[in-house]
Amino acid sequence: MSDELETAANRQSLRRVAIDPISRVEGHGKVTLLLDDAGQVHEARLHIVEFRGFEAFIEGRPYWEVPVMVQRLCGICPVSHHLAAAKALDYVVGAVPVTATADKMRRLMHYGQILQSHALHFFHLASPDLLFGFDAPVVQRNIAGVIAAHPDIARQGVGLRRFGQQVIAATAGKRIHGTAAVPGGINRHLAPADRDALRAEADTMVAWSQAAVALVRRLHAADPALYDRFGAVPSSLMSLVRADGAMDLYDGQLRLRGADGTVLRDAVPSHTYMDFITEAVKPWSYMKFPYVTDMGPEAGWYKVGPLARVQNCDFIPTPLAEAERRAFRAYGDGGLQHAPLAYHWARMIEMLHAAEVIRDMLPDPDLTSGERMAAGPRAAAGVGVIEAPRGTLIHHYWVGDDDLVRWCNLIVSTTHNNEAMNRAVRQVARQDFNGKTLTDGLLNRIEVAIRAYDPCLSCATHALGKMPLVVTVRDARGACVDRRVRGA
Amino acid sequence: MSRPTFLLDGQPVAFDDGQMILDAARAAGRYIPHLCWHPDFPPHGSCKLCVVKVAGRHVSACATPARAGAEVESDTPEINAERRTLLQLLFVEGNHFCPACEKSGNCQLQAMAYDLEMTTPRFRHFYPDRPVDASHPEVLLDFNRCIYCELCVRASREQDGKSVFALTGRGIHKHLVVNAESGRLADTDFSAADKAADICPVGVILKKRVGFAVPIGERTYDRAPLHELAMPKTEGKG
Repeated sequence: MSDELETAANRQSLRRVAIDPISRVEGHGKVTLLLDDAGQVHEARLHIVEFRGFEAFIEGRPYWEVPVMVQRLCGICPVSHHLAAAKALDYVVGAVPVTATADKMRRLMHYGQILQSHALHFFHLASPDLLFGFDAPVVQRNIAGVIAAHPDIARQGVGLRRFGQQVIAATAGKRIHGTAAVPGGINRHLAPADRDALRAEADTMVAWSQAAVALVRRLHAADPALYDRFGAVPSSLMSLVRADGAMDLYDGQLRLRGADGTVLRDAVPSHTYMDFITEAVKPWSYMKFPYVTDMGPEAGWYKVGPLARVQNCDFIPTPLAEAERRAFRAYGDGGLQHAPLAYHWARMIEMLHAAEVIRDMLPDPDLTSGERMAAGPRAAAGVGVIEAPRGTLIHHYWVGDDDLVRWCNLIVSTTHNNEAMNRAVRQVARQDFNGKTLTDGLLNRIEVAIRAYDPCLSCATHALGKMPLVVTVRDARGACVDRRVRGA
Repeated sequence: MSRPTFLLDGQPVAFDDGQMILDAARAAGRYIPHLCWHPDFPPHGSCKLCVVKVAGRHVSACATPARAGAEVESDTPEINAERRTLLQLLFVEGNHFCPACEKSGNCQLQAMAYDLEMTTPRFRHFYPDRPVDASHPEVLLDFNRCIYCELCVRASREQDGKSVFALTGRGIHKHLVVNAESGRLADTDFSAADKAADICPVGVILKKRVGFAVPIGERTYDRAPLHELAMPKTEGKG
């Protein structure tokens, strides 16, 4: 123990925090632009240098602890990890299917998570870029700026997120890092008082979500040249869909749709993901590059998330969101949309769907009563796949006879989108890099492209500022041409 | 003839000859914090959470006989600060991660930290490497959370007649072991019905496959604070 703080007046409330050089760059997006001999951007590398190592924490721990522990991976989408782990471990405890009450409580929790996360992603994190422009001053380009300039939009965005969190609190026990989903079922019912409070606001949330979709459509209509082309990289799309082809964010089978719209693979059982997908490793990033095994790494990479899901399903099983899906699909020439900014449009359609699902589920008596747990013969392993807010999330566990996790594998949404994000950054850099010096404008554009897929690289540090970013340019011989660091 | 009394934080507490300060205080409805003390066993004096100040000296209330006219200070800023420091030391010695711990809400160490308003671990964590013992079919041992109160050692030896557990090593190397050649719980005569299986105040001895069946928020110390539930009138209801 060191004593340097022991002379402070109130030393019992002081905590020693060591900041080493590595933790100081945590949360920075690190990008390298590699130039060819002509000085053009040949390749862009988005480096993920934070090593989370959660799989190693989990191995050797009792399986019943996992859904609670593993959700600490993320502060934005903990519910997705909580539920994916519980779904995987349902197989281990032989609880397939779980009871109607457990299934509906978990679904309600999940759609609450989709609603709150999509509201956060769009209103708090992305809307400042879209409403004020990529080059607007940082002091304005944040949620506080949105509140000042567009109070109604901000109020509804904050309200939608708050409602989603209340759905989570009512089902999971807490707004963040709840403990309700357990292997084999759920440990609580929905309290009638919570149900009534949520029902009182459910129609308003559907209306606000409709307004959010309309807002994104207005933005697209106002500047189609930007929204349709910025960072666009055509690729296959992967997501879960229900057996009848409907959008289902909680459960289903994997479908892969080619960039031209053809369904390439369908009804792939989610527990066969290890045969279906291979993860390539590159030496400059901790994040792997998954691809569809039999298509190879060049042709087999894909995008996941709202843009994939809205275009992969045959229909959305709630009427308002389905009408918006049709409008989305009919946009432009009717082909698939691949532009990163179209993610936000798809995201708002999903938010509307989540609001409709929540409103329609709330009166269900299975939520407030009924058997919560199921059990059956033990199995040694289980795979849980769920559509997290940012895309397909895979949890896979092997559990020993002694109840300890022997091995686990987690493939998160950001990993699936790794290749697409790298290519989007390259696309943006090719368009906007002058071949010599990095500008603030280029850094802003790189940031916007990354954020369309995922806000998690900068996580909480961006909420009221700008994404910390380090961009390095290297010439064909590897020499550093320019480097720009922007702090949080 | 009336019983002799001592003053606990200025209030008279009656006691019987030979009674310890903590026993007499409890009998009078006065709480003194404790972790290793248990009504079924003689005083142990290891956790030191029951520290009180008597005649200028800091002593363990569980192991110090009451004396007529003594002035005992317990619920004072000075003594509670000392208890907080002891708790802060316990929290960094083991691996106590309440957010993912299935004992959260039922754990006396956590409840005591809330009670005494401990807000940070303060000291540098040891992060000891203590693998769990999952060999027994019904009970898991997670040594990461052991606070060396020896309640399981004492319960197994004195109530179950088995001596399944023991402390070994000295000083900072002290740790809980299972009394078997292999060191594995499965190779002892331990049973989930033993007294020792239910006595752990923290999250070391755990019934398997229960985990988070009872929601956080509906657990023992979610309902009432430790200083109420640890008193005789409510003890055992949690």
